[in-house]
Amino acid sequence: MTTLEAAPAAPAKGERASQILQHHGALMVLAATVLIGGIAFDSFATPRNAANIAVSSSFVAIIAIGMTFVVISGGIDLSVGSSFVLAGVLAAYGSRYGVVVALLLPLAVCGTIGLLQGLVIARTGMAPFIVTLAGLLGMRGLMLAVSGEGANTYLVESDAFASLGQASFLGLTVPVYITLGLFALGAILLQRTGFGQSVYAIGGSEEAAALMGVPVARVKTTVYLLSGLLAGLAGALNAARLSSGVTILGAGLELDVIAAVVIGGTLLTGGAGGLTGTMAGVLLLGVIQSLINQVGTLTSSFQQVVSGAFLALVVVVQRLLHRAQHLS
Amino acid sequence: MDNGSAPVLEARGISKGFPGVLALDGVSFRLGAGEVHALVGENGAGKSTFIKVLTGVHQPDRGELRLRGEPVTFGTPLEAQRAGISTVYQEVNLVPQMSVAHNLLLGREPRGRLGVIDVTGLHARAADLVAGLGLRLDVRRPLRSLGMGAQQMVALARAVSIDARVVVMDEPTSALEPREVDTLFGVIARLRDAGIAVVYVSHRLEELYRICDRVTVLRDGRVAHTGPLDELERVKLIALMLGRDATDVRLRGQTEFSGDHTAKNGQPVVEARALSRRHQLHDVSVRVRPGEVVGLGGLLGAGRSETAKAIAGALPFDGGAVVVAGHAVRKGSPGAAIRAGASLLPEDRKAEGIVPTMSVRDNIALAALPRLSRAGIVSEARLDRVVTTLMKRLRIKATSPHQMVSELSGGNQQKVLLARSLATGAKVLLLDEPTRGIDVGAKAEVQALIDELAAEGLGVLLISSDLEELVEGSDRVVVLRDGVVVGELSGAEVTEEAIMKAIAEGGGADG
Amino acid sequence: MAETAATLPQPLGSRTRVLAWLQRYGVYASVLALLLFNVAFTPHFLEVANFRTQLIQVAPVVITALGMALVIGTEGIDLSVGSVMALSSAMVVLYLGYGAPVAIAAALVAGALVGAGGGALVAYAGVQPIVATLALLVGVRGLANVLVPQLTEFRNPALITLGSRSVLGLPLVVVIAAALTAVVAFVVKRTIFGRQLVAVGGNRAAAKLSGLPVRRILVAVYVLSGLLAAVAGVLATARLQASDPTSLGLLMELSAITAVVVGGTPLTGGRVRVLGTVMGALLIQLLQATLIKHNLPQSWTQMVQAVIILAAVYAARGRKK
Repeated sequence: MTTLEAAPAAPAKGERASQILQHHGALMVLAATVLIGGIAFDSFATPRNAANIAVSSSFVAIIAIGMTFVVISGGIDLSVGSSFVLAGVLAAYGSRYGVVVALLLPLAVCGTIGLLQGLVIARTGMAPFIVTLAGLLGMRGLMLAVSGEGANTYLVESDAFASLGQASFLGLTVPVYITLGLFALGAILLQRTGFGQSVYAIGGSEEAAALMGVPVARVKTTVYLLSGLLAGLAGALNAARLSSGVTILGAGLELDVIAAVVIGGTLLTGGAGGLTGTMAGVLLLGVIQSLINQVGTLTSSFQQVVSGAFLALVVVVQRLLHRAQHLS
Repeated sequence: MDNGSAPVLEARGISKGFPGVLALDGVSFRLGAGEVHALVGENGAGKSTFIKVLTGVHQPDRGELRLRGEPVTFGTPLEAQRAGISTVYQEVNLVPQMSVAHNLLLGREPRGRLGVIDVTGLHARAADLVAGLGLRLDVRRPLRSLGMGAQQMVALARAVSIDARVVVMDEPTSALEPREVDTLFGVIARLRDAGIAVVYVSHRLEELYRICDRVTVLRDGRVAHTGPLDELERVKLIALMLGRDATDVRLRGQTEFSGDHTAKNGQPVVEARALSRRHQLHDVSVRVRPGEVVGLGGLLGAGRSETAKAIAGALPFDGGAVVVAGHAVRKGSPGAAIRAGASLLPEDRKAEGIVPTMSVRDNIALAALPRLSRAGIVSEARLDRVVTTLMKRLRIKATSPHQMVSELSGGNQQKVLLARSLATGAKVLLLDEPTRGIDVGAKAEVQALIDELAAEGLGVLLISSDLEELVEGSDRVVVLRDGVVVGELSGAEVTEEAIMKAIAEGGGADG
Repeated sequence: MAETAATLPQPLGSRTRVLAWLQRYGVYASVLALLLFNVAFTPHFLEVANFRTQLIQVAPVVITALGMALVIGTEGIDLSVGSVMALSSAMVVLYLGYGAPVAIAAALVAGALVGAGGGALVAYAGVQPIVATLALLVGVRGLANVLVPQLTEFRNPALITLGSRSVLGLPLVVVIAAALTAVVAFVVKRTIFGRQLVAVGGNRAAAKLSGLPVRRILVAVYVLSGLLAAVAGVLATARLQASDPTSLGLLMELSAITAVVVGGTPLTGGRVRVLGTVMGALLIQLLQATLIKHNLPQSWTQMVQAVIILAAVYAARGRKK
């Protein structure tokens, strides 16, 4: 047997480094930031603070899990913010019929709309940007219609349901545990199932994936369904936490989610990334907010400036890494 | 090497047509188990269409396919794949971001407990597959971190692993280093030993002679020849591909080229000096004088388009220089080249030529906008004059200058691009396959035009796969092979045989 | 495939023709239909006061949509326009002490700089427009809020004039919007830059081969978008006599994108329909007004808007591969 070494294109060392950076960059930055923050501020690196960050980030995290699937497949879902608010209103409304309805109603509606979006995208080839933009507007309209043009803020009438959002164990609320559970399940789904591999394949090269026998339309439809369901779940849990279906939330939420996903290392072009990065991205944004709060004199607006600058920095670095990897 | 028994794949009388053109006309083909069969032909010969029929991308209008004696029809490429015909394309059709292992086993990953993918098992199985082809590579690496050669081999490994009985390889070596080619051939030899049949599509003659047993030559949609390769002389093979009779010199004069242009002496209007670019060009020098038509001869992949693009500023190069009308031109800037007077007519007019959302008028004016405006505002009157003149001169058939360029026929689109070059006041035109894919009438018009332009003092660099066109249109021909100049012919030397000879043998010492 | 020889252009089927007509003129037809409907069924519709209100409300959308149309023409997108409006509003308030002209200039410069930043990210760093402008959307609004944390009122005669005066019966803001429309239309139709930017969106490779300065064009287009968004912000601030960066321009990018898409400018670039964009903005405005006047819930506007966007883009589908 003639064993021949297949010569690599880029020098192994440099390529390995940039790969590590891309996959785990967010985690590394997160660790560094937490370290610096802990040294700089006394009340930062406390379990209490960590719990706070976790609790407030849990909803974005749940949505970001779904968004990660969508982005890896090469698409985008702009409708998650509207889905979130709609789900909250529906959950609060449905809570008068018990906890089961409070959960199932938003999931059913948001899931169906997600499914519809997925079908349109997969079958007509229309750009996900536009289809989910229409979804964003349509669901907002639906939310307004259901809540009497935003005037009715339904109160959660089921204590069981409210506890879903408010009960806590060991300082962390139920949504945090749900997030962790979904993260674990999602990671397995993404990395260890044929479906997950298909998502990566489609995002990497839809043409090649089709030629390799991947059921492209089916997989695409499913990721949007997933995204809708998770946004719906997050919205329902949020309503449980607030004990009401607030109608003024969600504006720009999809952008926070996208930012977290991008910062986490998942490329908008698709085919690469993972849930660990996304979680790191979500936490990073939360940590930045917390740090800014620590300073005290700075407002949350400053946090937005930092987030924006940070996002820009991250994508530029990603592009540079991308170019370095391809320059041979 | 076995072809005594029944063929594993057979095509009988395959015909396939598209609107306006008959791509395949009664093509028959036989492939035996363990045979490496070369499929050759120039662009337009029907090679690609035939491959697409074999692999299920197209369905034939007439004729039938037989797999191991049984008639089959393939509605989709996936069906052909499942039947045992795998294709390895020129552009590796795998997912670059995923690991080698995942690419190899996509859709067939080994499962462990609870039905999830067994990653260790996946890597082990992938390593086995790869080792089975005599390769050693880290299957955990992303596919794109490998060189093209290794990527090709992964594609091959996947093809083989899905129990392919026939592997079609389309231009597999076009992006490979010599060492990678050796490795690939080692793999193909193993396939042959395992009884797998290979259809090898390529224009690289040395490789064909190295690895293939039999050859089928396609020309104008028909089979020009089929038989064992070692019985076919190299020059004869080229002659068959190009449709010329090697020993019969006949000037058919079917092109519109009239013959000599008197090249004005003096300073060349464009000069490419020792152009080099990794993998593509090695020390290529070409000179064109005003009024001269210089042809670039060579087969696909010889570096002709790359030379033209380098001159036009569209392809950055590593070494050498480009001088237009005595001025050195900044490399890598099409704008600089155009301003100096060199304009390129690209090979792929759809991808790099016409702007489909704009009108004929705006397409023609695109490269000349700075000359047709004052203070940033386009002078519509001047533009209209230039466009009307050019449309009349080139006889561009359109309902009006405002018609959408996408609605024009291929020939007229080509003329629009030619007009675009002329509108820039170019001193030298770099024409890459100017008459490809256009109807006979337009072809003749374009050829006559090239003659006229040369007579007016323009320099022309002409690239054409149509040997007849090249010979009759050019005053001089520079022959390229694998990015190296292997011959230069002028005046009476410019004949089809001489060009073919140069392609086949030129260069003398190992180049 | 360069292999196929001459193929005759296929005669357009009737379905394709209808779709093509719809894409070109659908928005005009819809606006007309809505106008007629309102004339017939809406009381007080034909009154001058009503027209004034409608036009004043639609002016900032038109102005930002103009910039958005240019960016979309190059196959890009600009999500930061709303935030730029907020920033320009903050700049006005901050520099008002130096007089209105300086304040306005500061606002415009800020908008242009933000645009330059976005353009540079896209053209030189190769970042995708959606991400680059997303970063700006977040960061710039934050910046605006940092500069002017809460609603700040002011009294400045020049700005009052700008915001409330009328010229020949038309409010100044409307005149400015109309003037800018004319300017942008001129740029697109008659200048080198306009031709070139459309070519960049239509076929970037061809544009490059034709010697166009692609990167410079891209930066310029984002600068223009930022500039126009800043103008819209200044005008809105002048009208309000107050600066509220938290809410000014919120979701304006959505309205702008809707107006552009509905107006017939394809997201894939290569064509800019200036008048269509204006019509698109008017359509959305009229729709909203119609629904309000007939006491139909606001939710309907959103849902109808969603349907209109889908229809507009669906109709545009086979046009450019």
